Amino acid sequence: MAPDTHTDKVYEAELAQLRDRLLVMGGKVEAAMAGGVRALTARDPALAEKVISGDKDVNRTEVEIDDMCRRLLALRQPAASDLRFITTALKIVTDLERMGDLAVNVAERALDLSHSPPSRPFHDLTELADLSASQLGKALDAFVERDVKKAEEVIADDDLLDALYSRLFSDLLAYMMEDSRVIRRATSIMFAAKQLERFGDHATNVAEMVVYMVRGTDVRHPGSRGGEGAPVPTV
Amino acid sequence: MNAAQEISPVNSSPRRPVDSLDTPVRVSPEGPAPVVAAEPPKLTVKNLDAWYGSNHALHGVNLTVPPRSVMAAIGPSGCGKSTFLRCLNRMHELIPGARAEGTLLIDGQDLLSRDVDPVTLRRRVGMVFQRPNPFPTMSIRDNVAAGLKLNGIPGNHHEIVERTLRQSALWDEVKDRLDASALSLSGGQQQRLCIARALAVQPEVLLMDEPASALDPIATAKIEDLIHELKERYTIVIVTHNMQQAGRVSDQTAFFYMGDLIEVGPTEKIFTNPSEKRTEDYVTGKFG
Repeated sequence: MAPDTHTDKVYEAELAQLRDRLLVMGGKVEAAMAGGVRALTARDPALAEKVISGDKDVNRTEVEIDDMCRRLLALRQPAASDLRFITTALKIVTDLERMGDLAVNVAERALDLSHSPPSRPFHDLTELADLSASQLGKALDAFVERDVKKAEEVIADDDLLDALYSRLFSDLLAYMMEDSRVIRRATSIMFAAKQLERFGDHATNVAEMVVYMVRGTDVRHPGSRGGEGAPVPTV
Repeated sequence: MNAAQEISPVNSSPRRPVDSLDTPVRVSPEGPAPVVAAEPPKLTVKNLDAWYGSNHALHGVNLTVPPRSVMAAIGPSGCGKSTFLRCLNRMHELIPGARAEGTLLIDGQDLLSRDVDPVTLRRRVGMVFQRPNPFPTMSIRDNVAAGLKLNGIPGNHHEIVERTLRQSALWDEVKDRLDASALSLSGGQQQRLCIARALAVQPEVLLMDEPASALDPIATAKIEDLIHELKERYTIVIVTHNMQQAGRVSDQTAFFYMGDLIEVGPTEKIFTNPSEKRTEDYVTGKFG
């Protein structure tokens, strides 16, 4: 019966453009965090500077996407899946922008650490970085492919990220207790690790919005809508 | 290492704590169940079929409309929504060769039954049309009172004229010129006059067939505002091509396509998360 594209081809193109801009922004944020972590582990201040200055571009894209969404809402009066797509875009753009800021934080730690002597490598930090990057990548894939299953995997895997962060946290504490001269360095690494853990949280937000976008059901904060699903009181 | 293990990370995430502080919750992906009014429906349509000659225009429509609510019927041209509306007060059968079958209950009473006089039915189920159609040779006052006279309704017509003109939000604009020709009014005023005329015989249900499609945005807004007010007293079924209008005025929306009722549900649901793919395609503009 009906084709899967909008009768109005300009509208169809505008929606496609919005999706593409979000993906481009997601890619920039992914690259920024990868750069920040590499600058940290490879003690590369030039790369750190590049990540910090690159954030302006991410911020610009956020403003651009916001404008696109507002224009679509005002001029097209979107409904149903289009409405859910555009409101999702409006929400995940904020998460992506914040993720860009977290990458900048990591890059700033990298700058700081590049002036200190090297500390011993922390394998978990690299793993944390890889996992948080893959969480964002997967969330963006889920967004493009409208894949609820993939989005749900991202939501579930956030626990792995949290466990990894927790382990690294303990390791760093032990490291500092053994040798108080490393406290400054270890604290910087701990701070960077925290940024990666938060990065994963924002990826989870994106994934939750993907579930909403595809299914029209809100999986965030169960019980916060009316009385339904509220915590069951225990007697 | 031992000492380190005693200290847990600070605030790993406010939303997803490592040490779960979450109270077990009942997850309800669909959100709270809608509050269902205990009141029986004003209108009940069961297995309604309609034909134009051999053309089967409406296929077994089933729906209910709660009292004092607005139902919008949407769908592309030729989908059956206007036929559906016209069946509701038996105007459909006025077209030569046209017929309808099924059950139409108002407060449980079958109005398509042959024992029911269509004129009586139309007093209970009033209709407002796409183009304002006041009686051109009559004054504003006489237009409103026309239905009363036609139905031989006794009583103080002046009082009824004032009351219904107030109900249709026209009184303040015409109170000083009730004897002027109805054609001296603007299009939007004429449409509100037609609504007043329909209301004068005190119907229970008001049918509106694209009542604002010939009006400018301001006159349209006045009609839509009026619909919100009339809803407190009447049950309204409105056919509209303007989906934003359906969104603005209706509580429930029914989507028709090629003579079938595809989906009916709360308007918010139809426009944010419809259940049927065809509804989704229509409200997002993916038809044709």
